[in-house]
Amino acid sequence: MRNTIVSLISIILGLIAGGLLMLFIGASPIEGYTYLFQGALKNISRIGDTLATATPLIFTGLAVAFAFRTGLFNIGASGQMLIGGLAATAVALTFDLSRPILLIVMVLAGILGGGLWAFIPGLFKAKYNVHEVVSTIMMNWIAYWTVYYVVPAYFKGEFLETESRKLAEESTLRTPWLTEMFQGSYINLGLFFGVIAVLIVAFIINKTTLGFELKAVGFNRHAAEYAGMKVNRNIILSMLISGALAGLGGVALYTGNASSIQIGILPSQGYDGIAVALLGANSPIGVFFAAILFGILYSGTGFMNAMIEIPPELANTIIAIIIYFAATSVLIHRVLNKFRKTTSNANDVNGPVGKKGDS
Amino acid sequence: MWTIIEQIFPYAIVFTIPLLITALGGLFSERSGIVNIGLEGLMISGAFASALTVNFLQDKMQGSTVLWIGLLVSVVVGILFSLLHAFASINLSADQVISGTAINMIAMALTVFLARNITGSGNIRITSGFTPFDVPILSQIPIIGDLLFTKTYATTWFILLVLLVSAFILNKTKFGLRLKSCGEFPQAAQAAGINVVRIRYIGVMLSGALSGLGGGIIILTYAGEFTGSVSGLGFLALASLIFGQWRPLGILGATLFFGFASTIANVSQVIPELAVIPPIILKIFPYVVTLIALVIFSKSSQAPKAAGEPFDPGKR
Repeated sequence: MRNTIVSLISIILGLIAGGLLMLFIGASPIEGYTYLFQGALKNISRIGDTLATATPLIFTGLAVAFAFRTGLFNIGASGQMLIGGLAATAVALTFDLSRPILLIVMVLAGILGGGLWAFIPGLFKAKYNVHEVVSTIMMNWIAYWTVYYVVPAYFKGEFLETESRKLAEESTLRTPWLTEMFQGSYINLGLFFGVIAVLIVAFIINKTTLGFELKAVGFNRHAAEYAGMKVNRNIILSMLISGALAGLGGVALYTGNASSIQIGILPSQGYDGIAVALLGANSPIGVFFAAILFGILYSGTGFMNAMIEIPPELANTIIAIIIYFAATSVLIHRVLNKFRKTTSNANDVNGPVGKKGDS
Repeated sequence: MWTIIEQIFPYAIVFTIPLLITALGGLFSERSGIVNIGLEGLMISGAFASALTVNFLQDKMQGSTVLWIGLLVSVVVGILFSLLHAFASINLSADQVISGTAINMIAMALTVFLARNITGSGNIRITSGFTPFDVPILSQIPIIGDLLFTKTYATTWFILLVLLVSAFILNKTKFGLRLKSCGEFPQAAQAAGINVVRIRYIGVMLSGALSGLGGGIIILTYAGEFTGSVSGLGFLALASLIFGQWRPLGILGATLFFGFASTIANVSQVIPELAVIPPIILKIFPYVVTLIALVIFSKSSQAPKAAGEPFDPGKR
C-alpha cells in the first residue's frame, strides 16, 4: 500500500516536472497533456497501439524486477531483447512450420536467446563475483555488434541494409481478429504472453520454494547460505529467468510490434524496464500498471508532437524524472519505517541514531 | 606494418582522451565511496553544453577562445547534473546504481528534448572544432615524434596534465588521502574528524566536472556534432575504471587499450592486413577482453571497500 502511494507521488511529481518543461519551451502544459492523453486513448485503435507499446515494457519490467528480488541489477535487458528478438526472427525466416508450432518455437528461441545472454553475467557473478552491472553492459554491446553483423550477413532486407527481411504476416505475433477488434492497430499476441508472464512470475515469487529462496538471497546472501540454500545456483537461475523474460520482450517487439529487426539500435525498452520495475515496486502487478502508464506516455507523445510543437522526447524526460523520484523515495520509506518502529517500541534506541545518518 | 601503426596512433589517442578523463572522473567519485554509473549521462550533458555554447558563440567570436569557453560550460553543466546524483546518494541514501541510471536517463532525454526544441532536428552542429597540430621540435624526434607529437590536439596535452595533477592529488595530498579513506572506511574517517559528506560531495562533483569535460572534448575534437548520445563511452569509461583497478595509471593503460581496440575496429576495412579478420571479432574484442579481465581481477580486486554503500555513521 505504501509502495503504491510512493509510486503515485513519483508519477505526479514527474508529470508536474514535464508540465514545467512544456512551460519552459513556451507551450501550454494543459494543452500538451490533453493531446498526449488523446493521442494514447482517443479511440479503440489508439488504445490498441498503446497496449502494444506497453507490451515489451511489461517483459523488460518483469525481467528487471525479477532480478532485483534476488538483489541483482540486470541493466542488460536491452542486449537480451536483441538476442531474443534475433533468435525468434531467425527461426521465423528459416523454418517453414505451421503457424502454431512456428510461434511456439519462436517464443522458445526468444527465451533461450535472452536467457543465454543473462546466464553469462549470472555465472560470472556467482563464480567470480563480477559485478553484474558492468558485465551486463558489456553483454549489451556484444549483442549490439552481433546483431549488427549477423542480420546483414544472413537475413538482409530486400530494400534496406539496416534491417532484416520482413516476416510474413502469418509468422508474426499479429492475428487478424485482434487487428480487426482494435480497428487496424498493431496490437498482437505479445500482450497475452505478457499477461501470462505477469501471472507466472507472481506465482513463482509469492507461492513457490524457488521464489522464497530467490528473495532470501536478495535480502541477505549470507543468511540464505547459512540456511542451506544454494546461493550461487539461485543467482544464476535468477539471471537466467530474468534474461528469458527480456528475450520474450524482444520477441514481442521485433516479431509483434514490428516485423523486422533493425541493426545499430539498442532497444530503449531495456533501460525503461528499470524505470518500470522501480515504479512498480518490483511486484509483477505493479510492473504491469507501470508499463501501461509508460505505454500511454510513449504512444501519446507522437500525437502531441504532431498537434503542437513539443518534442516527443518529453515522454522519456518525464519517465527519467519519475525514476529519479522513485530512486529518492528511499528517504520517505525509511522515515516512515523509523517512525513506526520508535512508536511501537519505546526501547528501540537505534531509530534516532539511524535517522541522523540519513540527513 | 609500421605505416599502419603510424597512421592509427594519432586517431587512437584522440579517441582515448575523452574516455580517460571520464574514467578519471569516475575514479574520484568511486574512491570517495559513491558508485557513479551516470558517467554516460554526465558526458552527454557536457557534450550538449559545449555544442550549444560553441554553436551560439561561433559567429560572434574568433579563434579557439570560444572552444575553451565551450569546454568550461560543459564542466559547469556536468557539475550541476552530478549534484542530482550527489544529493540522492549522499543526502538521501538512495541506491547509487538506480540514482546513476536515473541521471543517465534524464541526461539522454532532456538534452535531445532541448536540442530538438532549439534546432528542430535534435542535432547541434559546430562549424569548427580544435585543429590538430604538430608539436614543434618534438615531432622531429624519430619514431616517437611520429607517434606522439604529430596531429595532436591541445586538449590532449591539457587532459594529460589533468591526469598527472590528479595522480599527485590522490596520492600525495591531504585531500587525496582523505578522499580515499572515505571510500574505504567512512566511519573511521569520520572518527578521525573528516567531514565524509563534504568529501563525497566533492568526489561526485569532480566526476561531473571531468565527465562533462570528456563529453565536450568529443564534440570539439572528432565528432563536430551533438546527436544525443556518446555511443556508450561513459559505460566504457566505467569498465576502464575497473579494468584499471581504480588507479590513475591503470586507467591510462585501460583507456589506451580501449582507444586502440576501437580505432583498429573502425579502420580495419581500409587496411588490407586487418580486413581479413571478420569485423565482428574486432568490434566485440574490447568488450570480451573486459569480461575476461573482470574475471581475472575478481580475486585481487582493489575496489574501494565502501563504494556503493550509503554512509551510516552509526554502523560499526
